Amino acid sequence: MSNLSYAAPTSVDEAVKLLAGASGLAKVLSGGTDLLVQMRAGRMQPELIVDTKKIPGLIGIREENGGFVIGAATPGAVVEAHAGLNKAWPGLVEALDLIGSTQVQGRCSLAGNLCNASPAADSVPALYAAGAVAVVVGSAGRREVPVEQIPTGPGRTSLAKDEFILEFKLPPRPARSSDAYLRFIPRTEMDIAVVGCGISVTLDANGVCTAARCSLGAVAPTVLLVQAMADVLIGHTLDADTLAKLDAAAQAAAKPITDKRGTVEYRTKVAGVLARRTAAIAFDRAMGKNTGKAH
Amino acid sequence: MNYIDSSLKVVGTRPIRPDGVDKVTGRAVFSADTRASGMLWGKIKRSPHAHARIVSIDTSKAEALPGVRAVLTSKDFPVIASEEAFVGEGPMNFRDLSDNVMARNKVLYEGHALAAVAATSQSIADRALELIEVVYEVLPHVIDVEDAMAENAPVLHADMFTAGVNPKPSKASNIAKVVTFKKGDIDAGFAEAEVIVEGSYTTQPVHQAYIEPHACLATYNPDGQITIHASSQGHFMIRAYTAKLLGIDMANIRVNPAEIGGGFGGKTLIYLEPVAVALSRKAGKSVKMQMTREEVFRGSGPTSGATVTVKLGAKKDGTIVAAQQVLKFQAGAYAGSPIGPGCMCGFAMYDLPNVDVVGYDVVSNRPKVAAYRAPGAPISSFAVECAVDDLAVKLGMDPLTLREKNAAKNGTKTHYGPTHTNIGFEQVLAAVKTHPHWSAPLPAGQGRGLAVGFWFNIGGESSATVHINEDGSVMAATGSPDIGGSRASIGMMVAEVLGVPATRVRTIVADTASIGYTFVTGGSRVTFATGMAATQAAEKVVDELKRRAAQTWDIPVDAVEWKDGMAYPAGSNAGAFEPLDLAALALKQAKTGGPINAEVSVNAQGAGAGFGAHICDVEVDKETGRVEIKRYTAIQDVGKAIHPSYVEGQIQGGAAQGIGWALSEEYIYNAKGLMENPGFLDYRCPVASDVPMIEAVLVEVPNPRHPFGARGVGEVPIVPPMAAISNAIRGAIGLRMPDLPMSPPKVRAAIDAAG
Repeated sequence: MSNLSYAAPTSVDEAVKLLAGASGLAKVLSGGTDLLVQMRAGRMQPELIVDTKKIPGLIGIREENGGFVIGAATPGAVVEAHAGLNKAWPGLVEALDLIGSTQVQGRCSLAGNLCNASPAADSVPALYAAGAVAVVVGSAGRREVPVEQIPTGPGRTSLAKDEFILEFKLPPRPARSSDAYLRFIPRTEMDIAVVGCGISVTLDANGVCTAARCSLGAVAPTVLLVQAMADVLIGHTLDADTLAKLDAAAQAAAKPITDKRGTVEYRTKVAGVLARRTAAIAFDRAMGKNTGKAH
Repeated sequence: MNYIDSSLKVVGTRPIRPDGVDKVTGRAVFSADTRASGMLWGKIKRSPHAHARIVSIDTSKAEALPGVRAVLTSKDFPVIASEEAFVGEGPMNFRDLSDNVMARNKVLYEGHALAAVAATSQSIADRALELIEVVYEVLPHVIDVEDAMAENAPVLHADMFTAGVNPKPSKASNIAKVVTFKKGDIDAGFAEAEVIVEGSYTTQPVHQAYIEPHACLATYNPDGQITIHASSQGHFMIRAYTAKLLGIDMANIRVNPAEIGGGFGGKTLIYLEPVAVALSRKAGKSVKMQMTREEVFRGSGPTSGATVTVKLGAKKDGTIVAAQQVLKFQAGAYAGSPIGPGCMCGFAMYDLPNVDVVGYDVVSNRPKVAAYRAPGAPISSFAVECAVDDLAVKLGMDPLTLREKNAAKNGTKTHYGPTHTNIGFEQVLAAVKTHPHWSAPLPAGQGRGLAVGFWFNIGGESSATVHINEDGSVMAATGSPDIGGSRASIGMMVAEVLGVPATRVRTIVADTASIGYTFVTGGSRVTFATGMAATQAAEKVVDELKRRAAQTWDIPVDAVEWKDGMAYPAGSNAGAFEPLDLAALALKQAKTGGPINAEVSVNAQGAGAGFGAHICDVEVDKETGRVEIKRYTAIQDVGKAIHPSYVEGQIQGGAAQGIGWALSEEYIYNAKGLMENPGFLDYRCPVASDVPMIEAVLVEVPNPRHPFGARGVGEVPIVPPMAAISNAIRGAIGLRMPDLPMSPPKVRAAIDAAG
């Protein structure tokens, strides 16, 4: 009954032109693991779908200026299989790997997860903690945007109608740097985060934190980048006092709602618990003590 | 004949399952896989309100939409008088079922069907549903069972006057029925008690969560003959309900059973079939309907949620002298929760002198409940088995010893009347004691729980035929849909009687026009009752085969012996003849009297009751409240395991569903009485990685009323898990979790509250 057009352009210009020219709702498709489900459920009825996967650079991982660049539509399974990313950003890799099932991993992407703008998205807290920068393209040209400036509320982003993400840039990693992501779900898998926490740290030779970025998921309308948590860590080893302060900072930053997936009280407490546990993994990894998976 | 003490060659072995290849290769034909040429798609319009009066329904715009071929409302269905139906497994009233299938005056829950369309495509049907204009007068609603019982609660049915109270109430209420069971003198019992424990418990409604949503394909022919393809737990049940709701002779309805993708009790009643038939009649085309998962959750029955209180009194030596229970069961929008079995099953595991049980059947603005594995028993037993465990703690007694001391035995008179006979509960408890799990050291921080459970199991009406094919291979047909391996077990029993390998027998589920009446697959009855019919049919065939051999050899029938699939002369006096096997006898059938087959119908009695005991170890993450099950052992008296792998599968499946009930499954309603989690993402059934390996231990105390000693096995295993897990959590953190599900937020809150 509805009219739906599908296009798979092979250049950025073509894609931007299509998006800019759409009269009704136009949606960018990378893996489609959210979009198709939303359409099937009747929550979203786009007039135009622009599939970005055929645009050069949208799928793939490369090293550039000491950091990594990940194509926006690169599937989770490809990221998971990349040795360099696993070494430098195990927290980001494990966060992306948590999305959906094995089948979904063949499609789901960082850009899709970010632009779906769910506060409970698993890879997003890890992207925030990593300090990733999104390369955004549109009619007005190309701009580089810190990822935490992309989501503006549940299902909403700061991207213009004719803009989409081309790729993500991850900064170079100093020595003794690592990250971790933990989420709490009632089951062991196939669930949506009740709380998520991403932490990336750089330590000195004595295990004292010299740089940190911390984020919380599912405790506010968007994923939160929490400077107060980072402030607690910087200048300290992860001793009992620091852990207690980190727990308190996470709880103070959490502004959750009560819904079918959790209550305000519970989510707040678990934010503190996850902050401590995530930090412990990130610190251990940074000191080379923990090379195993967090999940 | 009885084969319990015979040496068996087929029964008790583990042949490859006959439906396995089709299922793992995706070729099995389930309800939704059936199509007909020119078929239409039927869809249902459902209430967006928890409780509302239907002021008007305007279908004109929907009817005018190109591609729409029929639109229906309750006006297209005959008015049905109130009449108790005994068609499915649970209690059901024909009038209520009709109203549930298509609401007449009021919608009683969100998702209640009130109109239907048939159109040439699914998207046209969806659009047509949007074009049906309904004016509602929204009424106050009530979801919770205690709220529904309150004095000023919104009343769902103006003609509901609580049954079972004397005198009859003058005011309508949501309490459909009160049932009581008494034994001995409860006051004297508590007066005698030296130790008393009391507890209040709540359970949530849980859905059967079969993986296959309800679906059917119906064709109404111009001559009034109707064909329905549908999966269910009883195609005769579909025929009976459809005939009644549409006022059609059963003879005009033929129901073909499709492969079923799970039922667990939830497919012992109908939702779609009369609607599909009525749409087909109106449109003159076949109509296919299939629910979405969301419709399954909003529109089909879970089992009851409940509140239960238990009070136990015991002597210091552990003898329980008084047992009291009050149960309040949600029935959903219409009367008929499993309150009866709930009242009977909680204390059925124990030999108790003084018992007092009161149960309430309560309606509220939720989908009508449907049977779910041992209906009522898991709810009741959760409360009782938690209380028994608390009693053990208070007495300072081992929980197994306490149960052994009070265990029901042969000759124990139950509080609901019957006396236990041929039960194997003591043997089950003995198996707990000797199982390595029970004595294994418990790692620090873990807790171990034990709980026991009971289910009646039933027999009932079944039909089976056995045919010897022209080449001597064998066909067995029954009227029982196969939801738990009955094709395998029935084929094996037939093979055993005939003395041939299981692979020589092919078992099918015959349609309603091709075999005698057979009651639903429910109550763990099929291997017992249908197995009995099939065994007797095979025996009749053996008698006939002996007669054919006697005729061939020209000797008396009693001089022929049947052994290992062949007729032999019985001893040297009978004569020296080469034995005749099935193929040889089949080859000669035309000359010896024609086709060789037999049909037997039974109303099987003497289904042996089943008892189980589950041991569970858990670890609790005290910071998140998450419970992890570390080890799980389920011990059960199964009578005789015909195909042990299937029996183990039943036990593992029941325990897995119980784990979901215990830890994660619940219906979440908002303030408007609308369900917020109608999907598998937020209605949390356990996933594979949530459930540890469940060790199933088969205790075989034969049921003498079955030819091979079989008892029903499918329902007992869902009874103990909730209490076993609650008891294990108490062991781990020292706190009783009396409210299901024992989800992480509840466990964490309990830990915080305890300081």
